[in-house]
Amino acid sequence: MLELKNIHKTFNPGTINEKVALNGLNLSLDDGDFVTVIGGNGAGKSTMLNAVAGTWMVDEGQILIDGEDVTKLPEHKRAIYLGRVFQDPMTGTAATMEIQENLALAKRRGKRRLLSPGITKAEREEYVSLLAPLGLGLETRLTSKVGLLSGGQRQALTLLMATLKKPKLLLLDEHTAALDPKTAAKVLDLTETIVNRDHLTTIMITHNMRDAILHGNRLIMMWEGRIVLDIRGEEKKHLTVNDLLQQFEKASGEQFANDQALLG
Amino acid sequence: MNIMNLINALPGAAAQGLIWGIMAIGVCLTFRILDVADLTVDGTMCTGGAVCIMMMQAGFGVWPSMLAATGAGMLAGLATGIFHTFMGIPAILAGILTQLSLYSVNLKIMGKANQAINVSQYDLLVSLRYIKGVAFYKNTIFVVALFILVLIAVLYWFFGTELGCAIRATGCNSSMSRAQGINTNFNKVLGLMVSNGLVALSSALLAQYQGFADVNMGRGAIVIGLAAVIIGEAVFGRIFKNFALRLLAVALGSILYYLVLQTVIWLGIDTDLLKLLSALVVAVFLAIPYWKGRYFSKPVKRGGNKNA
Repeated sequence: MLELKNIHKTFNPGTINEKVALNGLNLSLDDGDFVTVIGGNGAGKSTMLNAVAGTWMVDEGQILIDGEDVTKLPEHKRAIYLGRVFQDPMTGTAATMEIQENLALAKRRGKRRLLSPGITKAEREEYVSLLAPLGLGLETRLTSKVGLLSGGQRQALTLLMATLKKPKLLLLDEHTAALDPKTAAKVLDLTETIVNRDHLTTIMITHNMRDAILHGNRLIMMWEGRIVLDIRGEEKKHLTVNDLLQQFEKASGEQFANDQALLG
Repeated sequence: MNIMNLINALPGAAAQGLIWGIMAIGVCLTFRILDVADLTVDGTMCTGGAVCIMMMQAGFGVWPSMLAATGAGMLAGLATGIFHTFMGIPAILAGILTQLSLYSVNLKIMGKANQAINVSQYDLLVSLRYIKGVAFYKNTIFVVALFILVLIAVLYWFFGTELGCAIRATGCNSSMSRAQGINTNFNKVLGLMVSNGLVALSSALLAQYQGFADVNMGRGAIVIGLAAVIIGEAVFGRIFKNFALRLLAVALGSILYYLVLQTVIWLGIDTDLLKLLSALVVAVFLAIPYWKGRYFSKPVKRGGNKNA
């Protein structure tokens, strides 16, 4: 489904802020894989997702989605294949637009936008039936501006928007990190439900090792712009946080210096 | 100070305010929807009039001339858009660059610093002379008001289409827009083109109204436009929530601006100081949201249930 071949990316090359973010990254995802990604700060987790999404072009390497080479495709053209939820709840939605308008924008992902209506009556009913199961009361507030919603509500809405048109690949960039624990758990539940229902190939970055173990069928750990650990199937089911920490020390030769990951 | 002088001047001020209202709607589109202060308009506010007057002098009718003026404005918007998106120049600077280029372009269009058109020789749509003592359907205030209503209707429709929604999303949150497959660069250029087209149309009307186009007629236009946007929002913001009504508020804000201006002139202020005053008034109004947030902030009440 997704293939990353020898991806390199360096930010601010030739300056004192030079940072090698991805250093020969290789990853191959099967159809229906749900991969959780862990790693310390600066390991290249978000950079990997941004490389796939096309936020900028990679320096070297090749990106294939479902067999198609998208390495040179600009961000808005890759969006056809991708559903994305960001860490910051503000990033995924348009605050000054209505809930239904945001959903309507997402419904037209990959479609040429011309002069037909931005939202139709039939769609409104569809959105009500989509929002009602969330249990957030959003279905009665279709015309409310998204800026009035809480962070959790916005992330739930973003998740819905990312999957409204079934994407080939769902990219979740620590999408629960900015939420309180209770809300985070709810959004994670919703994620699990949608991914299972639509059999979505998913990459989920998380700071929380327990979540990384609990969700998905495959776990990768990144370090210095590469994948240093790749565990799947049965082996992953029996994994513990302690195993992961030991594996990390073995792979990287240093301590996993990240409180959030340890406490999770 | 004879009050009759003021009263006599008011219809003219209203007409001028309405014409500038179209310009202000253009500014509102970039400033509020695209979230860009587009300084191109200082140049476009002359280009439209220059093109319109020169076309009419060359024998074209008033409608084709105004259409061409609008097209010229859209080209100016295209130039700014290309500076901004393709060449990566910050929006403000891109607008200034186009504005400066337009000074030369405007001189070349007119051949000299100003060109006049005589209302008795040409069939103009609006004019100083069509304020009093003409049939109501020829009255400039009526004609421009009708123009504005039609424009608002068209813009209301346009910003409800898929394309219009994409432009709004681009201005609101460009990373979200790209994630939803929207070509944000294209939409920025398109938004700038629509905005400058409206400004040039307003300029074409203004040139007919005053009977001439002048290379300096657009100086400070952005400030007048912003003033109209801000006054409109301050006065009508609480009751006009709908998009069409918000555009109407901008047009009304422009009328208010000219009525106040006329009153200030009547009060006998040195007219040399008018631009300084306008700039200061706009500066204060732009500062109000900032001051409110900084010095008078109250906890924001959020909607929805807590356990989201």
